[in-house]
Amino acid sequence: MNIIRYIVQKEFRQIFRNKAMLPIIFVLPLVQLIILSNAATFEVKNIKFGYIDNDKTSFSRELIEKFDASTYFNVLTDFPSAKIASSAMLKGKVDVVLEIPKYFERNLVKDKKTDLSLTINAIDGATAGVENVYINQIVQQYNKKAQVELMMGGNPEFRPQSIETIPLFWYNETLNYKTFMVPGILVLLVTMITLFLSGMNVVREKEIGTLEQINVTPIKKHHFIIGKLFPFLILGIVLLTVGLIIAKLLFSIPIVGSIGLMYGYTVVYILVILGIGLFISNYTDTQQQAMFIAWFFMVIFILMSGLFTPIESMPEWAQVLTEFNPIKYFVQVMRMVMLKGAGLSDIYPQFLKTLAYALIMNGLAVMSYKKLT
Amino acid sequence: MKRFIGFIKKEFYHIFRDRRSLFILFGMPIAQVLLFGFAITNEINNVDIAILDHSKDATTKEIINKIAASKYFSIKQFIDNEATIETAFKKGQIKAVLNFEKDFSKKLVIGKKATIQILTDATDPNTANTISNYSSSILKNYQQGINKNIELSYQIVPKTRLAYNPELKSVFMFVPGVMTVILMLVSAMMTSISITREKELGTMEILLVSPLKPFLVIIGKVVPYIFLSVINAVVIIVLSIFVFQMPVQGSMFLLGAESILFIINALSLGILISTIAATQQTAMMVSLMGLMLPVILLSGFIFPISSMPVVLQVISNIIPAKWFIIILKGIMLKGVGLAYLWKETLILLVMTSFFIGLSVKKYKIRLE
Repeated sequence: MNIIRYIVQKEFRQIFRNKAMLPIIFVLPLVQLIILSNAATFEVKNIKFGYIDNDKTSFSRELIEKFDASTYFNVLTDFPSAKIASSAMLKGKVDVVLEIPKYFERNLVKDKKTDLSLTINAIDGATAGVENVYINQIVQQYNKKAQVELMMGGNPEFRPQSIETIPLFWYNETLNYKTFMVPGILVLLVTMITLFLSGMNVVREKEIGTLEQINVTPIKKHHFIIGKLFPFLILGIVLLTVGLIIAKLLFSIPIVGSIGLMYGYTVVYILVILGIGLFISNYTDTQQQAMFIAWFFMVIFILMSGLFTPIESMPEWAQVLTEFNPIKYFVQVMRMVMLKGAGLSDIYPQFLKTLAYALIMNGLAVMSYKKLT
Repeated sequence: MKRFIGFIKKEFYHIFRDRRSLFILFGMPIAQVLLFGFAITNEINNVDIAILDHSKDATTKEIINKIAASKYFSIKQFIDNEATIETAFKKGQIKAVLNFEKDFSKKLVIGKKATIQILTDATDPNTANTISNYSSSILKNYQQGINKNIELSYQIVPKTRLAYNPELKSVFMFVPGVMTVILMLVSAMMTSISITREKELGTMEILLVSPLKPFLVIIGKVVPYIFLSVINAVVIIVLSIFVFQMPVQGSMFLLGAESILFIINALSLGILISTIAATQQTAMMVSLMGLMLPVILLSGFIFPISSMPVVLQVISNIIPAKWFIIILKGIMLKGVGLAYLWKETLILLVMTSFFIGLSVKKYKIRLE
């Protein structure tokens, strides 16, 4: 027991002695949490909107005013010709161009039907889809108004049947993205710090040559591994705590569920990450190799966690791969407990999987560490 | 010059001798591009939903069939009371519930109006909002179908053209992003580590007392990595063209030149990091922790920059990756040339010279 205590003491001293590392470990993640949580939004607003009005009647102006009044669109420019508009789109100055045809008003009044042409920059397909929905809504509204104005009543017998939809957004009525992103980004930061530090740890001793000195001491394998794991576990928990305080105070993220459960799960989760880190560390020769591998897995874990893009939309085989992604479970659990108030009975599948993962990874880490060089 | 060539040779030997790193260096970007190109999409498909049908009549059945037939939803369960919704949401089994009111058919035919509640788990606001939009539009369609006989007068028909990406492929959005993230991080990490490594192992002293000028030492360190990163870039571009059918509308030559510019930018950022960091550990933490999330989140790779708060839109301007993504999309998808991209190119050039200038200034030729 004493031996473990000394190793832990040594590790902590090494962490706190390195003055250049301290801000990277403690300040950088929190600054990123505060700044980047604001960046991660799929909301589509301030759409750069331009129009070409070939009709120039009160009807066409009214339609444009409707776009102007909408909060989604920033009416930027009135283009004199389609050619100039298309060049502006190439430059990225405008993302949606509405072209009102000549005789727009006349056709609508006489033929009861008219076209509008729209060009949407669709490189970002998801955004283009949303933009299209907004445009249709505005045109539909305008359409309805025109109908009322031009038809003047009508037979009530022929009133159309309508199905009304009432959307209700649970747990996050205002569709606030920060509620969704802050817990997720906090998870990423805790994971990155613990994975990178533990991944570099043993291999650093190897590279500098101090591992040999430890190997010739009577320290047992498991003493060594536990002593190495413990400081990073504490570090991860401290980081999570500060992050949660920021989430609560600065972003007013609700914490509905049990805090004890959250910490209980976090401990198990950090053990998984540390196990992966130590395993990488044991299997590499230089810090460079360790870092590349840690980076490789980190990028995959982040992008396939369901945090930024939905897992359900991935192909079947990719969904199977995400089963091995610890970040996926952590993101799910944090959201379930923090935002929905889920209890242990709700998260036990995630809990069990994470626990099994922790046992396997740490088992492998202990086994792969050889007291030989 | 001969000395310089010798030095570069030494660097290449270092790189090629470390087979494992070399394998990682080339294998990983390929694996990542393939994995992400196929797997990541921000479309929303196959969302698990539940149905709560209080009427169970012909109309609701018909609507449910319509919903089930769409590729956006897969109906996971039928529930019969409101109380089960809460537990299902908490367990995360479903993302939404469609709640049909009692006597749906009757209300629709006689009262001309019936309601459906769309309950969504909005802990993920994007999915919730999309589900609500998709289901509304399916219902609107259905409604139009039943109202076919009533002549709808006065219609404005919007004809929409989806420019540059008519099939709305998300690959077009993600491949430039993934390429940028990989080139940025791999290049910055490699150089920052290779210089601090010499410091940490003590061999920097030997390099400093050699007759080679300090800035030549740095250039010599960078040249092999330019070479390696260019190979990476070529591999990624080839993969995106042949595997993901990304078009290259613009000039291939310009694409190559801009990629080299971006690589040099990332490498010089790596050098700058190495002049500040004393140990490999610090260098790596700065390049990984400091670059990974900002490059992913602030570059417009996943999240549209125009929707961010103004402060962040300003901050995003200092992220080189943002400009490179604009350039990549411009050349590959829009087919524009330098006439349209000179501003972005100039910004990358200025940033690169700034990084290089600062590192030359900070570079210490003496050890403490």
